[in-house]
Parts: sequence; structure tokens; C-alpha cells
Amino acid sequence: MKMSNMIYPIAKDNDGKSIWKFLVGEFKPKGKLLTPFNIISLPIMLLGLVLIIIRFWKGIGSITNLTQEVPWGLWIGFDVVTGVAFAGGAYVLTFMVYILNMHKYHSIIRITVLNGFLAYVFYAGALLLDLGRPWNVINPIIGNNFGTSSVLFLVAWHFLLYMIAQLIEFSPTIAEWLGAKRARKILSGMTIATVIFGITLSTLHQSGLGALYLMAKDKIHPLWYSEFIPIMFFISSIFAGLSMVIFEGTISQKVFFNQISEKNHRTHDDILHGLSKICSVAMFAYFFLKVIVFIHGKHWQYINTSMGYWYLLEILGFVLLPMLLFFSSYRTRNIFMIKLASIITILGIIINRLNVTVIGFRWDVDIRYVPSWMEFVVTLTVIFTELWIFRWVVNRMPVLRESPSWVNEEK
Amino acid sequence: MGLDRRSFLKALGFAGATIAIGKSFGAPQMKESDIEFYGILYDSYRCGGCQSCEIACAEAHGLPKPIDEPKIGVQRKTDETRRVVVNSYKTSKGEVYIRKQCMHCNEPACAAACLTQAMHKTKEGPVIWRGSKCMGCRYCMVSCPFDIPKFEYYSANPKIQKCDMCYDRIMKGGIPICVEICPAEAIIFGKRKDLIKEARKRILENPTVYVDEIYGEHEAGGTGFLYLTPNPINELGFSTSIQKSSYPELSKGFLFSVPTVFVLLPPILLGIYEATRNNQLKEGDENE
Repeated sequence: MKMSNMIYPIAKDNDGKSIWKFLVGEFKPKGKLLTPFNIISLPIMLLGLVLIIIRFWKGIGSITNLTQEVPWGLWIGFDVVTGVAFAGGAYVLTFMVYILNMHKYHSIIRITVLNGFLAYVFYAGALLLDLGRPWNVINPIIGNNFGTSSVLFLVAWHFLLYMIAQLIEFSPTIAEWLGAKRARKILSGMTIATVIFGITLSTLHQSGLGALYLMAKDKIHPLWYSEFIPIMFFISSIFAGLSMVIFEGTISQKVFFNQISEKNHRTHDDILHGLSKICSVAMFAYFFLKVIVFIHGKHWQYINTSMGYWYLLEILGFVLLPMLLFFSSYRTRNIFMIKLASIITILGIIINRLNVTVIGFRWDVDIRYVPSWMEFVVTLTVIFTELWIFRWVVNRMPVLRESPSWVNEEK
Repeated sequence: MGLDRRSFLKALGFAGATIAIGKSFGAPQMKESDIEFYGILYDSYRCGGCQSCEIACAEAHGLPKPIDEPKIGVQRKTDETRRVVVNSYKTSKGEVYIRKQCMHCNEPACAAACLTQAMHKTKEGPVIWRGSKCMGCRYCMVSCPFDIPKFEYYSANPKIQKCDMCYDRIMKGGIPICVEICPAEAIIFGKRKDLIKEARKRILENPTVYVDEIYGEHEAGGTGFLYLTPNPINELGFSTSIQKSSYPELSKGFLFSVPTVFVLLPPILLGIYEATRNNQLKEGDENE
């Protein structure tokens, strides 16, 4: 506890010290510059930046392979639709910790909410790259005009409101970093309200992302189209988000080892163990729903086709298999298996979201859409930029490490 | 961490406001009997495939002149440089020409999809695109079952191109340029109701010439553009998977569930929170 006073100089005596001096100091890089991650990510980010400039100069077609039949490609299908599913961990964990009062998971709540918040900010940012007329993006917000019959209108508003809710949920951490005691008290007092609001918004826009495709009934392969897409997107976002929490947590434990207290290191396996149980239950519900939709839709004739095999691989290899792994490793407390299952689940979610949005979308047209290498570079640029910001925040704010001592003194 | 009642009420108020905005959630709806939309009737039996309509349309809208001609076996498609195309099909009744352009649905999927109402079903009937509102998200393209809206991928200030039934001409009391120019009177303009009556009359008078079906009468919940053809539509390059009910209908259920979730979920979450509060106190004792 004495340590934290040294880490947070302005928390102790912020009355005397200039906040600007502190902030300027915080913007300087900490740690080594030539890490493998930096060496890989920097050139890609620079290349991505050049491509983004070309895109705004010469049009979207200059760097993407989008067609008139497939107007939404990798940037929507992966960056937005898949990415948001992975950000689902934030609403599931805030539900568990703040609503169900499962205290065990409290130590990972901050990093999960930070992850969720950054994911949303960056995927909303990636969305701007995909808009043909991005300067009009404020139209649905300012009322020029409100397209209230549009699912996208709903998703846009929910995105915006949820980003604000997540920022408020995370804000006590920022206040602790700045040593703003009064602000911290006010902001943490808002937590429950924003959590309730945030969970409601998440429920609606996780399913809303699926509902976007309801009108594309004739364009999506029948094995993936059903009127239950919204519900399936919602349920799968639960285990998608938690699998990401398991995966990220495992990496964070290594990368930010020195920030995590002894106690939280010890409880981490316990947390993964608990999450694996929730994953397996949610995945069972999802699998069950998938089977019902399949039988109800009378889709047997599609099974013996190449798309049918692909469908079976997704359902059996990337839903049923990790579900069983989660379940059995919960029984045997096999942490390695839990991590393995989370990785398979993450791959499965990527496959599923892309099947609905890209692979199974207009699978019948002559000229199939295949993303260009430039679309991949821009996607990587978005992800790397997010990771840079993430690392910056975790290295400075009490996200993984203990809050400064004045927080506990106040209680 | 106690519940701050004030901030919770604030949040609830916010939710309420969202519901108020969402009062008109759901697709724009119109009873069949109310529809007095303008439309176009296309009689493919009369169409000679001369492309006059294509050329006139391109000139009127500042688009490049068409350079290719309708050819059997070649599917010409509308794109960002042409709003209407004429295709040729070889059938049991000889060569048949079929025009393809925006169908101007009674309940258009594109307009229901548009989050800024840039794609807009006018009360006169034409579906128009308004650039000052459009943010270029292309959700209209994803939603349109006829694949009509086309996007200028190679422009820094891209437009959505599609037939607007010459809305500006209609507003000045005129008729669409393609209707005016057609030398064979294969296309006629008028109230949708009257066009259906006219089509029925033609079918009745020449049962050997036309199939007993008006494409567009019920497709996608009814369209403003109507087709009279000598052959069943599946022989003429039309998509056969188009449903008879309107496409916005498909997302209505979801949109209607939104206010319900907003009203019901927060109190449920609050209830669970209150019910599990004791856990927190007990566990808190263990931890601190």
C-alpha cells in the first residue's frame, strides 16, 4: 500500500503540483521502445495510415474489393460486427459484479470495461472509414433526419450511449490516476445506474447487430439466415465476450505481470474456472437454439453441399467442441484446457460473424467478394492502435494494480 | 457502493426519452386502399429493346451514354453510371426485352433501412435519394431485395445512384423522361391503381399474349413499377425468391421489442441488485 503513494505523486499532494506538468510527463513513453510488438505494429500502422489517406482521397473502391452486390465487407463484418461481440465481456462482467454481486470477479472488472470501451471507440472509428460520406455521420444524432424505422439508427444511438456509459463506468479509474478525490466519489456513485443502463443498451445492440441483416433475407445463405439472428447474436456475445476476457486476461497476466498484486495473481485461476462454467452454459443454450432453428427451417437439403460442410464445421468444431472443453475443464479444473477452449471459441465467433456478414452473404453471385490485402492492413492498423492506447492506459492508471491508498481511506 | 437513487432516476429518464424518440419505431406503414402512388407500367410485349429510355435517362441525369446493346445471354446490370438497363431473353415466345431499374416499392426496404431518411419514399410514390442526409453507409444496398441502389466506390464524395422516377419532373407536373421518350409506348405513367386496371384489361383482351400475372402487384408488398410479360417471370431473369410481403416487415418484430426491453430490463436488473446486496456485505466482510 505504501507503494501506491510513490506511483501517484499528485494523488498525495495534487494541490501544490501543476496538473499539466503531470499530464505532459504521463504522455512520455514508459519502458523500452524496441519491443517485438512495437517492431511489428509500427510499420503496419504507418502503412495503414497511408492507405486511409488514399481511401479518403480516391474513394473506398481504391483500397477495398467491395462490389455493388456486397457493399459491406471486412470492415463491417469483422471490425464492427465481430469486434463488438468480443467487447461483450464488459456488460456480462458488470452484470456479474455489480448486479449479482459476485465479488470474486471484481479484480478484472476494470480491465474488462477498459477493453470494452476501447473496442467500441475504435470500432466506431473503423466505421467512419467505411462511410462514403462520413461528414454526415452526425445526421442521425442531430435529427437530419431521424430514421426511426431503421435498425441501424437504433444501433448507432445505442453505440453512442453505451460508449458514454462505459466511459462513466471506467471514469473512477481516471479520477484515481489524476488524484481527483471529489470527482471520484461522484463518478463511482453513478456506477450502478450506468451499469443498469449499459446492460440494457448492450442487450439491444448486440442483438441489433444481428437484426441489421433481417431484411437481407434473400441474400444470406439459408443455413445462417433465420428470424432468430438477433437472439443468437445476443447469446453468442455472452460467451464471445467471456472467452475474450479469458484470453486477454491470460496475456495481461504475463505482459503486465509486475502490476498485479500477489493476491490477484493467486485468484486468477479461480476466476477463469468460474468463467468457464458460464461459457459452457451459454454455449449450450446457443447450440440448442441453433439445432432448433436448423430443424425448424428444414435445412437438411443444404447439408450435403460445400456450404453445408462449412456449417457443420462451425457448429460442431467451434461451438460443440469448445463447449465440451469448457464443461470438462470446469469439472477437472484444467486451466490450460479453459484457455484452449477460449481460443477455439474466439475463432468460432469470427467464423460465425463472417459467415453471416461476408462468407454467406451473396454466396450465389458470380464475382465473390474477397477482401483486398489493404483492407486487412487497415483492420490491423485499427487493432494495433487500440492496443497501443490500451497499453498506455494500463501502464499509467490503476486498471490492474491496486487503487491508491486514499481510495480506501475514504471509505 | 450504495445505490444513488438520483442518478438512477436520471438514467431512467434518459431511457424514457429514448423510448419517446422511438415512438414511431417500425416500418412506414400504409394500407393498400390508401395507396395513391404514382407508378409505371412496363409492357415488355411492346418493348423493342431500342434503348431510347436508357439514352434519355443518361442524358437527363448527366450520366455517360450507354455503349453496349442488349444481347441474349448477357445480363446487363444497373450500376453507378446507369439507372436503367434493357436486357434481352430468348424464350419460347421469341425474343423478349425486360427493363431493370428501381421498383419503387410501396414499403421500400432501402427507406426503412436508412437511418437518416436519405432514401425516402415520397408521398407521390417515387423513392428518392437525398445527398445532404446520406452518410454513405450503404445499408440501403444491403437491404434492397432487388439490388438497386448503387454506390460510387471511386469518388471522394460518393453518391447513391438509382432511378428516382424523375421525381423533379413529376413535381413540375411532367412525366418521367423514359415514359415520354419511349417510341413504342411500352411504358406508361399514372396512378398505380389505374395502371393495375390497365394491365388487367390488357391481359383479359390478349390472354394468349400475356401471362396472367402482374409482376410488382404483390412482390415485396407491392411495387410502383409494374411488369406485363409474355412469359413466366422465372424465364426472364427476375429473382424468384422475392417474398410477397414487404421487407421492412422482417425487422418489425425486433424494433417493437426495443421499447419493451427498455421498460422491463432496468427494473429487473435493479430488483436483482437489491436482492443480492446481502451477498456483497457478507463477501465484503471476508475480503476486507
